[in-house]
Amino acid sequence: MYRILQTVLFALVLFTAVPNLGLRAEEGLRVLVNALGQAKLSDMDEHIAALTKTGDPKVVPILEALGEGNLYARKADGQVFLTKESGSTLTLTDPVTGESAGEAPKTALSKVKVNNGVRRAVRTALGSLTLLSPDRGARLKAAQSVLQSPNAEALGAVESALAAEKDGEVRALLEQARATTLLISDRPAEEKKEAVRLLREKGGREALPILSSALGSADETLKPEIEAALASIEQTQALWAAGQNVWYGLSLGSVLLLAAIGLAITFGVMGIINMAHGEMVMLGAYTTFLVQEVLRNSYPGLFDWSLAIALPLAFLVTGAVGLAMERGVIRFLYGRPLETMLATWGISLILQQSVRTIFGPTNREVGNPSWMSGAFELGGLTITWNRLWIILFALAVFAALLFLLKKTPMGLQMRAVTQNRRMASSMGIRTPWVDALTFALGSGIAGMAGVALSQIDNVSPNLGQGYIIDSFMVVVFGGVGNLWGTLVGAFSLGILNKFLEPYAGAVLGKILVLVLIILFIQKRPRGLFALKGRAVEA
Amino acid sequence: MITSFLIKSLDRTILVVVAILLALALLIPALNLMTAPDHPLHVPTYLVSLLGKYLTYALLALALDLVWGFCGILSLGHAAFFALGGYAMGMYLMRQIGARGSYGNPLLPDFMVFLNWKELPWFWHGFDMFWFAALMVVLVPGLLAFVFGWFAFRSRVNGVYLSIITQAMTYALLLAFFRNDMGFGGNNGLTDFKDILGFNIQADGTRASLFAASALALALSLVVTSGIVRSKFGKVLVALRDAESRTRFLGYRVEHMKLFAFTVSAMMAGVAGALYVPQVGIINPGEFEPGNSIEVVIWTAVGGRGTLIGPIIGAILVNGGKSIFTAAFPEFWLFALGGLFVLVTLFLPKGVVGTAQHYLARRRAHRAASGTQNESGLAEPMAAE
Repeated sequence: MYRILQTVLFALVLFTAVPNLGLRAEEGLRVLVNALGQAKLSDMDEHIAALTKTGDPKVVPILEALGEGNLYARKADGQVFLTKESGSTLTLTDPVTGESAGEAPKTALSKVKVNNGVRRAVRTALGSLTLLSPDRGARLKAAQSVLQSPNAEALGAVESALAAEKDGEVRALLEQARATTLLISDRPAEEKKEAVRLLREKGGREALPILSSALGSADETLKPEIEAALASIEQTQALWAAGQNVWYGLSLGSVLLLAAIGLAITFGVMGIINMAHGEMVMLGAYTTFLVQEVLRNSYPGLFDWSLAIALPLAFLVTGAVGLAMERGVIRFLYGRPLETMLATWGISLILQQSVRTIFGPTNREVGNPSWMSGAFELGGLTITWNRLWIILFALAVFAALLFLLKKTPMGLQMRAVTQNRRMASSMGIRTPWVDALTFALGSGIAGMAGVALSQIDNVSPNLGQGYIIDSFMVVVFGGVGNLWGTLVGAFSLGILNKFLEPYAGAVLGKILVLVLIILFIQKRPRGLFALKGRAVEA
Repeated sequence: MITSFLIKSLDRTILVVVAILLALALLIPALNLMTAPDHPLHVPTYLVSLLGKYLTYALLALALDLVWGFCGILSLGHAAFFALGGYAMGMYLMRQIGARGSYGNPLLPDFMVFLNWKELPWFWHGFDMFWFAALMVVLVPGLLAFVFGWFAFRSRVNGVYLSIITQAMTYALLLAFFRNDMGFGGNNGLTDFKDILGFNIQADGTRASLFAASALALALSLVVTSGIVRSKFGKVLVALRDAESRTRFLGYRVEHMKLFAFTVSAMMAGVAGALYVPQVGIINPGEFEPGNSIEVVIWTAVGGRGTLIGPIIGAILVNGGKSIFTAAFPEFWLFALGGLFVLVTLFLPKGVVGTAQHYLARRRAHRAASGTQNESGLAEPMAAE
């Protein structure tokens, strides 16, 4: 009896309230909301559906409150309120007008009952309600939530939203959402086929579970269609995953290239094992940190330019440190490579400890300028801007260095000294000076690498140590004394690493790569691109 | 044959050092165990363990000297052999805990119970027996060095390339031992030992015995290495260090000789690690840290490479300095160590012992006025290349 009355009341309210706005709508809404207070759990769905049909934006906070269990009914008169708990009392808000309605003790109110079924209904209702929201972001979110937890009952809402939607991105999402919901609804098979086709075209990881769950409930005519779609999506997914791995590999390779390219100069061209190379990278990263600190405090507007300012500074700082190292220590050790290795290791310890004393042992925060943060989608690939910029930067550094070595007088002198020191000296080249400049150049490039690495790695005194072994591996693998070898070595090691990772895990993959390199060196002790001729035995 | 080996190996300096080591092996435990704690000559137990630790380091440095000082192989991965020997000993000690672990499992060590493993991995079998573990202490590092060296020397990887790949080797092992599913305790390593050969590992007597064992092992290794480098074989080793191609052209199988020295050296490092672990009570993957191996090189360099007793003195000096320094000015230890690397390579390329021998030889030559043979000339390393 009560139930019939209630239904009649609904009909009445809907009839009168929906088309009209203003006071009468408000009254209608209030009746609907108050009805929630009396409803049984089993009737909750109907009540929520009725609320949703009003399309009133005020329903959103009410439903949210219901879902979170913050909707209470006053025992005295059955009025329903949005509440906020504060101690033993509840702060009440009128659900319709949104005005404060004072406070009341908890005992005077009873909570509107919710269970998981109700919560699910609330979520669906909220999804379809916000689909029509004037705010683009809210619509996008709503479309996504429908897509993630599709519900056949929301189909109508999705379709009406689709009819009204103008924004391209939201439309695309809505179409997918419609196809998804359509598959689980009781629409005719023809429409479903259309939906499968659409999902297949769009592809994407989300489509897989939708289609496979639809496969279970689909009838015979639809099954082959869905299976074909699944297979095709899986195939493209695998392709994209491989592509993503290549991308990660390129990204890792560019990092390795940056770290190793300075080493290729000092080790490859001069034959000096600089164990402090990683610390040069670290100094470059700390230069970036200092530049950003100054900019943040004094010229916040220039923050986006911080890396452009830090690059030449880092080059100068680490170049100067390298020059001092060469003049102060290394030049006395030429011809004794093992001793050079030990001395530079000692210098690396001193540099690390100095930085630790000055800046502290903890990680320092280096921010990303706006043009380096965020990501974009390219087909099925997610590409972050900072990785992209680092790849481009590494290639630019490589090209510049190649140009310097091949086309400038300084490069000519450097190559001459490498190939035949005494002959170069007797032709009037100041070989000690060339040595010093070459070493400074290698160190300076390491500093610039540090600027780039500060964007993707933790800036701490140990930053350099993580790269030193990897960069040695790159140079040794690629072949000493050949920049192209370094390039190929860096990218092939990067990609190999990332392809091993899914099968072997990150650590085991790295171990495998190390073992492979050790084996490789047995086979070709001079690396991929070995120098031929007299330079070999030098 | 053995007597001739011994006679050749024991020249005066070596004999003196061996005698000192044997005396220490008796004296320190005696002073620790037989004097009252307030006696002025009493050696507290922590000091016994500390000195024992230095002796194992000295053994490691001696092992490195055999390959670096006499073969010209600068291994930057010797700490890996040390750690492997240590792990073999650690596994024995773990099995000795038995059911006294916090989980009380009679078979599985605590960390395996924690990882929810049901049975002992195959490579843990046999480590409940001391003789097996002792064999593994020598075999595992030896085998690794043999395989690694066989590949490396056969394809003539030498000089800095060899150094870099030995460093890569220890780095790879570091990463591997950090993994929990390797079955070696992961990050935490092996610790919480209770017994060794049935004796309580914390007891004063055990500590003193371990010290004595370390001193004996060092003395024995010193005699063996000295015998090796003073034999005809050792002379060829020095020859290949100074002019590898020439030695090869003379018909010696250079790679075989290097491989022998490298393997023996790795085994010695393994023994050092095995003695180290019960005295410090823990072994973890940090021992594989590439920096550790390089530190061993500096001990050897400070003492003097190619002198055999130099590395022993160097290891004790540097580590003693480290203990004092890190207690007094912890901030500055790395500065001091880094400075040591630079200063020793620049100003003391022969190390303390090498330089002292050099001066002694010069004075003797001066006194004799006519040029007598320099006895220690054999061991004096030339600048590479």
